[in-house]
Amino acid sequence: MIKDGSGGGAAEQPVLAVTDLRMRYGTKDVLNGVNFTAHRGEVIALLGPNGAGKTTTIEILEGFRMRSAGDVDVLGVDPAHGGEAWRANLGVVLQSWRDHGKWKVRELLHHLGMYYRPYSTDAIQRPRNTDELIHTVGLSEQADKKIATLSGGQRRRLDVAIGIVGRPRILFLDEPTVGFDPHARREFHDLVHRLADLDDTTILLTTHDLDEAEKLADRILILAGGRIIADGSADALARRMSTEAEVTWTLDGERFVHSTLAATEYVRNLFAEHGDRLEDLEVRRATLEETYMEMVRRFEMGEGASAARVFEEVTR
Amino acid sequence: MNSTWTPYRVGLARGWAEFKHALVSPSEIMGSITPSAIAIVVMIFLKDVMVDGASVSLGSMTLPSLLGMNIAFGGLMGVVGQLATEREDGTLLRNKAIPGGMTGYLVGIVVSISATTIIALLPVLGAGMLLFDGVGFQGAAGIVTFMWVVLLGLFATMPMGAVFGSLFSGPRQVGLLMFPITGLIAISGIFYPITALPEWLQWIGQAFPFYWLGLGMRSALLPGEMAAVEIGESWRHLETFGMLGVWAVLGLILAPVVLRRMARRESGSAVAARLEKAMNSPIR
Repeated sequence: MIKDGSGGGAAEQPVLAVTDLRMRYGTKDVLNGVNFTAHRGEVIALLGPNGAGKTTTIEILEGFRMRSAGDVDVLGVDPAHGGEAWRANLGVVLQSWRDHGKWKVRELLHHLGMYYRPYSTDAIQRPRNTDELIHTVGLSEQADKKIATLSGGQRRRLDVAIGIVGRPRILFLDEPTVGFDPHARREFHDLVHRLADLDDTTILLTTHDLDEAEKLADRILILAGGRIIADGSADALARRMSTEAEVTWTLDGERFVHSTLAATEYVRNLFAEHGDRLEDLEVRRATLEETYMEMVRRFEMGEGASAARVFEEVTR
Repeated sequence: MNSTWTPYRVGLARGWAEFKHALVSPSEIMGSITPSAIAIVVMIFLKDVMVDGASVSLGSMTLPSLLGMNIAFGGLMGVVGQLATEREDGTLLRNKAIPGGMTGYLVGIVVSISATTIIALLPVLGAGMLLFDGVGFQGAAGIVTFMWVVLLGLFATMPMGAVFGSLFSGPRQVGLLMFPITGLIAISGIFYPITALPEWLQWIGQAFPFYWLGLGMRSALLPGEMAAVEIGESWRHLETFGMLGVWAVLGLILAPVVLRRMARRESGSAVAARLEKAMNSPIR
């Protein structure tokens, strides 16, 4: 999963490693053993329906929430005990900020950037130049405007700018495009692509939108029933799910359905056996989207465990 | 660059920036001047009312007391209000996500609330010295008293403000704090000498900073013989210093504990949950 040219190959230490992460609120288990790793420069989407535990997971990684059990390693440190120097390597973009409305865009970015100056090294210059950063996120025209006057999309781009002002090695984005119109969404996607190319930053974002995950991420992790139930690139997930197909046909006015791993051979045998009597033949594979939607539907009906099985069935 | 001192330096800059934002915000200026302006108008009507044994009018006595109240109120409610509001809008969490951000954030609050509280004293002080007979600094000693009372008053009230601000979950709850504070002001000898109250109420009033800040301001700005109408017929500087000092120490011990607990609990979902609650609240 490591991007070409990042060097080191699979032997490189992961920047993020989660092993058997568990979270329990009262008697309710939200996470029951989440496992995944991320490497330098990877863009990873944590995909799942609302309430699947995406925000809980990302908050544990950010060091904002204590976990119930399991091992978590972010840049070689347990987030529960991360100090200020560790925090300097992290960028955090949460859902729904409304802060600093009286500050101007440039003023706030410059101010927050100052905190990162002690953490500047020869290899990583901190903070980023304020005006270049404003240009990168496309807010040059708003640089001297009060933050309270920004539109929703501009506000979100400012949030990202603040998230990367200290040149983080890892950037967390929680549901970054909720409430966006299609245009703002597309601009935001372009911005994330630029960031990933810019500094080899590892990006972990959460979303409940499969389309967004496919567009942005090198790798998709599907979270449901408190577990990661699928892990791979959009292509790999789609291929893995196309192993089983549904064959339907009509014979003498009667409708038949059969699921099989070897659709071609099965159809050949059908023809050999029934020849011209075979009618309305159809071979269909479930798409990634259909499988995901089925899972979300079951999840929302409160069948968390059975929802997770939807994927286990098709990806076994 | 030193990572130990950077948050304090950035925090100073933050406080100064917030102070400047407040100075150009019409609503904040009106919010801090209107109550004092109303009080001054009322006091002008009291210019001819005399208290037994006093050499100046009730209006002249009340003006320095009002300054004392403004210090306590500005320090306490300024911090309470800012913490409660900024927890809800995510400012606090934003700073928590930044290395040294929490330290800088708190330094910023101390600087901006101190500056706005002190600057709001000036028009009242100016109006008082112009309009009311007998109100003015009692020589160099009066200026020194004024300065230490203001400074110690801020120390006595801002950390307690941080304690209360951390306990409340949002700006709407802050209103609840106004009831006990209004009651406390009524028995703190601000608008009428405390000696007119029953003795048990005098004791309650003397337990809190409002009374001592009023007394300290009167001692700095009224003629010496006015001490005759106070408890013990004295300005009681030592007691003032002691009581304000006790509140300051208490606040400085409690505030870090409570603030740390509050900051630890702060997360994106906590902010989102509060926002949702605020949206659904019948009181806005």
